[in-house]
Amino acid sequence: MNMLSEAAVEKALDKKMNEVAYKMIGKDVSVYYGEKRALFDVNLNVRENTVTALIGPSGCGKSTFLRTLNRMNDTIEGCRVTGKITLDEDDIYDKEIDVVELRARVGMVFQKPNPFPKSIYENIAYGPRIHGLARNKADMDQIVEASLQRAGLWAEVKDRLHEGGTGLSGGQQQRLCIARAVAVSPEVILMDEPCSALDPIATAKVEELIHELRANYTIVIVTHSMQQAARVSQRTAMFHLGQLVEENDTDKMFTNPDDQRTQDYIMGRFG
Amino acid sequence: MTDVVSSPAGVLAKPARRDIGIKRRYAAERRFRAYGIAALSFGLLFLALLLWSVVSKGYTAFQQTMITVPVEFSEQIIDKDNERASDPQKLVTANYPLIARNAVAKVLGVAETDRSGLRAVNQMISDGVRGQLRDMVVANPQIIGTTQTVSLLAAGDIDSAFKGQIDLSVSENNRKVSDQQVGWMNQLAESGALGKHFNTGIFVNGNSSRPEAAGVGVALIGSFYMMLIVLVLALPIGVAASIYLEEFAPKNKFTDLIEVNINNLAAVPSIVYGLLGLAVFINFMGLPRSASLVGGLVLTLMTLPTIIIATRAALKAVPPSIRAAALGLGASKMQTIFHHVLPLAMPGILTGTIIGLAHALGETAPLLLIGMVAFVANYPTTPMDPSTALPVQIYMWANEAERAFVERTSGAIIILLLFLVVMNVGAILLRRRFERRW
Repeated sequence: MNMLSEAAVEKALDKKMNEVAYKMIGKDVSVYYGEKRALFDVNLNVRENTVTALIGPSGCGKSTFLRTLNRMNDTIEGCRVTGKITLDEDDIYDKEIDVVELRARVGMVFQKPNPFPKSIYENIAYGPRIHGLARNKADMDQIVEASLQRAGLWAEVKDRLHEGGTGLSGGQQQRLCIARAVAVSPEVILMDEPCSALDPIATAKVEELIHELRANYTIVIVTHSMQQAARVSQRTAMFHLGQLVEENDTDKMFTNPDDQRTQDYIMGRFG
Repeated sequence: MTDVVSSPAGVLAKPARRDIGIKRRYAAERRFRAYGIAALSFGLLFLALLLWSVVSKGYTAFQQTMITVPVEFSEQIIDKDNERASDPQKLVTANYPLIARNAVAKVLGVAETDRSGLRAVNQMISDGVRGQLRDMVVANPQIIGTTQTVSLLAAGDIDSAFKGQIDLSVSENNRKVSDQQVGWMNQLAESGALGKHFNTGIFVNGNSSRPEAAGVGVALIGSFYMMLIVLVLALPIGVAASIYLEEFAPKNKFTDLIEVNINNLAAVPSIVYGLLGLAVFINFMGLPRSASLVGGLVLTLMTLPTIIIATRAALKAVPPSIRAAALGLGASKMQTIFHHVLPLAMPGILTGTIIGLAHALGETAPLLLIGMVAFVANYPTTPMDPSTALPVQIYMWANEAERAFVERTSGAIIILLLFLVVMNVGAILLRRRFERRW
């Protein structure tokens, strides 16, 4: 990609952002783990084709909020969510909504790379297969190739698609997990500290990838690294003690935040 | 420590390092290692003793003394009146031991008028020759009237004497074989007619009161049927129960109670399962006694807790990240479990199952209660037929009086141990094979 076209993409995205299209809207979201309340009436909207970073000290509820977006909290015993979260007007906690369907639309990448102990090909093909996205082998081959291309992994693994996915390096495994999430054509991709287990070079690659994915997907990323949030995101939300402190443009957030707590956290005074 | 503080030099000198007893710590560690090695040696010693005792007593059971002589299938004795065409029963009921006795007597040169001599010769041959020669004649009636070289089964006492298991220094009246018979035995051995052969009978024959003709064939089939029933019932039920309890069941007081009970059931004495089987399967449901079907059902009940515990542990050991990955892709809970969790838990499940099966294979007590401790000479054709099991056969032989049953008991133990070793090796191999995919 040359400089000119990149600038053009950037411009197009900026234009889109000015219209402020919200992909997901969270209204008064509270989460309880048994008796304990982990989130307090969070109102946070996720903009389309934007990278939204969730930052905050450990235990502040940012991962919890992320996991409410594709109902991964459902798998936790005693977890209760109140409030309303919509994905393109659909209330995702509605009884009518199938959680399987939802997770196909809102994919997830986890903190630690967790490829299935199967071949690289199988790792990618699993999602499309259970969702019936491929009619035949050729279709599937194409999905696998396209997904790996998107994740920037194709060149590295194209000769060993049928070798184990766990044999890859940590960074490659994480990109494999991103490719796996991309393979089911989600609209939103949630990333829970995707680089915390990676070395700086692998981190740089994943960040670059996130930057590219933004053109096609809406991305929400939880990160502990302020620099990462500043590098990859356009919007940043700061959580503290289960409450949303501030949500703003990343540039503003890191230069002139509205809230003193954000300022302190970013400057490293607590957390 | 007190010394340092109280001595005047100690107060002035730089503070001594606190005595934290490094020497004592090292000594304790060395002592602990010594205890471990002692315990290990103790265990190994007894294992070696067990194996040595069983093998040294039992290896002779795999050899059987046979007397190979020319046997004249005399028409005079078998079918005097030539009725075999009209009455096939004639060939079955003929006096075959007489033919065998005559053949051996002829080789030894015992006169036909020497009645006590003939009786002594007769005692040297197993009564098993009746079936042996009968089967030959029934299979091929053409051999009547001809002379064939046949290896006849020697009597159990001759077998024991030939293997040196009977003390010949004891007075003749107090032992089972007479000096005359020992003389004949040595005479036949020198001429090459009497010798030890590999004992296939111990593997294929049914039970017999004559040790030389007794085998674990029926017990093997009974045990095989039971293992099959246990595998077919306990594995799917156990795995399904574990998956439900581990993955689907809500965690509440009731499921806790079930879990505690499953763990307790694994420790219930096996004879209790025998009583349960007797009450439920035989008295209430009216299934036949001594049947391997009932045995298999009882052993299934006994094996279930083992399989459930092993399977739950294996399911728990699957990293949560794999579940999260599958769920995050939009796989349903069922798909997550069957596509990802179960395959990864397979080595653990298989190991647990095989260990449970091995346990069931060696179980005796519950089988005694449901009547599998029976004298069964004929092969069971279905699991509904009476049969015995390997450990029960061992138990029954251990109660027999004849000297020749001692080695057979040990021989059967060797067979049982071999099966257990094979199963455990199978468990290890399966585990390795599946783990490589991890």
